[in-house]
Amino acid sequence: MLRYFLRRFMYMIMTVWVLSVVSFLIIQLPAGDFVTNLASQYAQQGRQVDQARLDNLRQRFGLDRPVYVQYFSWATNLLRGDLGWSFRERRSVEKVIGDRIGLTAAISIATLLLTYLVAVPIGIYSATHQYSIGDYIGMFVGFLGMAMPNFLLALILMYILLNAGQSVGGLFSPDYMRAAWSLGKFIDLLKHLPLPILIVGTAGTAGLIRVMRASLLDELGKQYVITARAKGLRETKLVFKYPVRVALNPIASTIGWELPYIVSGGVITEMVLNLPTTGPMLFSALLTEDMLLASSLLFFLNVLTVMGTFISDIVLVIVDPRIRFTEREA
Amino acid sequence: MSEAISVKPERAELSAEERYYLASQWQLMWQKFRHHKLAIIGGSVLVVLYLAAIFADFLAPYPKDIRFQKFSYHPPTPVHLFDVEGKFRGPFVYATTSKRDLETLELIYEVDEAAHYPIRFFVHREPYKLLGLIDTDIHLFGVEEPGAILLFGTDSIGRDLFSRIIHGARLSLSIGLVGVTLSFFIGVTLGGVSGYFGGIVDTVIQRIIEFLISIPTIPLWMALSAALPRDWSVVMVYFGIGIILSLVGWGGLARVVRGKLLELRELDYVLAARVSGVSEWSIIRVHMLPNFASYLIVSVTLSIPGMILGETALSFLGLGLRSPAVSWGVLLEKAQNIASVAIYWWTVIPVLFVIITVMAFNFLGDGLRDAADPYKQ
Repeated sequence: MLRYFLRRFMYMIMTVWVLSVVSFLIIQLPAGDFVTNLASQYAQQGRQVDQARLDNLRQRFGLDRPVYVQYFSWATNLLRGDLGWSFRERRSVEKVIGDRIGLTAAISIATLLLTYLVAVPIGIYSATHQYSIGDYIGMFVGFLGMAMPNFLLALILMYILLNAGQSVGGLFSPDYMRAAWSLGKFIDLLKHLPLPILIVGTAGTAGLIRVMRASLLDELGKQYVITARAKGLRETKLVFKYPVRVALNPIASTIGWELPYIVSGGVITEMVLNLPTTGPMLFSALLTEDMLLASSLLFFLNVLTVMGTFISDIVLVIVDPRIRFTEREA
Repeated sequence: MSEAISVKPERAELSAEERYYLASQWQLMWQKFRHHKLAIIGGSVLVVLYLAAIFADFLAPYPKDIRFQKFSYHPPTPVHLFDVEGKFRGPFVYATTSKRDLETLELIYEVDEAAHYPIRFFVHREPYKLLGLIDTDIHLFGVEEPGAILLFGTDSIGRDLFSRIIHGARLSLSIGLVGVTLSFFIGVTLGGVSGYFGGIVDTVIQRIIEFLISIPTIPLWMALSAALPRDWSVVMVYFGIGIILSLVGWGGLARVVRGKLLELRELDYVLAARVSGVSEWSIIRVHMLPNFASYLIVSVTLSIPGMILGETALSFLGLGLRSPAVSWGVLLEKAQNIASVAIYWWTVIPVLFVIITVMAFNFLGDGLRDAADPYKQ
């Protein structure tokens, strides 16, 4: 098992390395750089743009060096925990994204938990009551949840809350916006979290319900269920003790693609709700070609999911003896 | 002699059971598919939507860029059958007059119940080329000037939303097909290579796919589409977005192809063909391909909605297609602001079309999957 962990760990390290290259290169793709962008902004405002000053800026930011040199210095600084300098914010990238990465991680993890807590019971109900009205409602809501873009759900819920006279958007009330972390601020955050979590979670929940339903239906038709029933086991006990446990395994292994999905959907929801998280920041960094900030954000969003997947794989191997044995044989 | 050779009796003489055993794979699939009601509905809805996109010029009462100067953010005009006195007049719309509120500077619309504009069918209006070939100026319906039929209201500069949604269907519905076609070629080629050659090539391709599946798509799409040059023409951006959408989508297809190839390679009938001296290429083409074609179709159908949603999301953020291009996502760009949506609720109508399309594709895909599964009755 240790060998398996080591191998998975090596894969993860390699993936993270590839991610760093990809994240950096993608941000380099647009024509021009932050300085040309700045220059055109100045020109729009009618301000004088001095070529020498632009060159100077470029030199200071290190934008005049070849791409691979820039990557190398970014990557080595990354290893030392220094994420570089945000040109636009005129602060170091860690300071800019520190809080935001934490909030994004909090929202993603909470959403993941909610998704499973909601989807599994509904999936079980749908499978055990196949073709009942509840099943059909569940399936329909599931399909709708998958087809509805996150931003529409965000708009609808915001509209409802707005009409109910609630403050909408953001993660903090105005009083706590600039305040330092305290218990009060934390409680305020907890009050604002349900809305984004609900919105981001809907699509994932819809997909999971279908997986849970299908995999439980497969199990319910098997011989051992019929045997247990023939022996007079109570239906609830039977269902929850055997087939549900088996059906949960494919569900658990979907964390690997569920997490990227949540992070992905989160970006748009965060923008509509105007949350102080990574999504809106990535968007503006991309538009202004604030390269180190954008690269670092893209990199961390991806690393977050890759690490989540790694942890879930490890947990799965520990929990499910069948995977453990196949791994040993391999 | 000739009678003895014809093993297959006439179709009419067959019992239901015999027909079942003699049916080809595709006939069996069609029989199973027909019983899947949701899939049939989904398929029909898609046919209607795609036809609407093809004949957009004819169905839309107005061209996509025409502006009603006096009618910015005009609410939808309801179609009436009876007038205020309860008299039947056939379908018509009332005239509206606009007035500017001098305090808020907002336009206020008042329904003028004195003036009726009956809806006429096959009216002559702005000329266009039907299917890009036939010069004509006939639109399915319309009302006489100065009346206007605005079924879904207008946008900020007074363009008819209904007409724009129908025109927007062209880009929104086809970009998924562009993306899917590209990912189909990449997926089938790389999946085929991966499954057929195995070894180190297989490992490398599988790692790449795992890598692509493990990263969140939207941030990646955002970064890639931010890289599209701002001065590109609509057509170039369109294909650019199609390529970006397909870059992530091919992984799933490649996996299906590889998995099936690995499975089929070991089957007895493939071995039999090989022993009989059939060439490798013929084995793939004649014996293996028909066997997993159905899985490919299912996979393709199920990957289109993701791409349509992707385009909508990107354009919604202003990173995808941009006006003057018209797609559902572009139409929704203005709907980002909750305050404006709360007043001008009709600006989110395009999203209903996105939802309907995506659900229709999902239903169709589900039906096809069940039909393609030989073990499902």
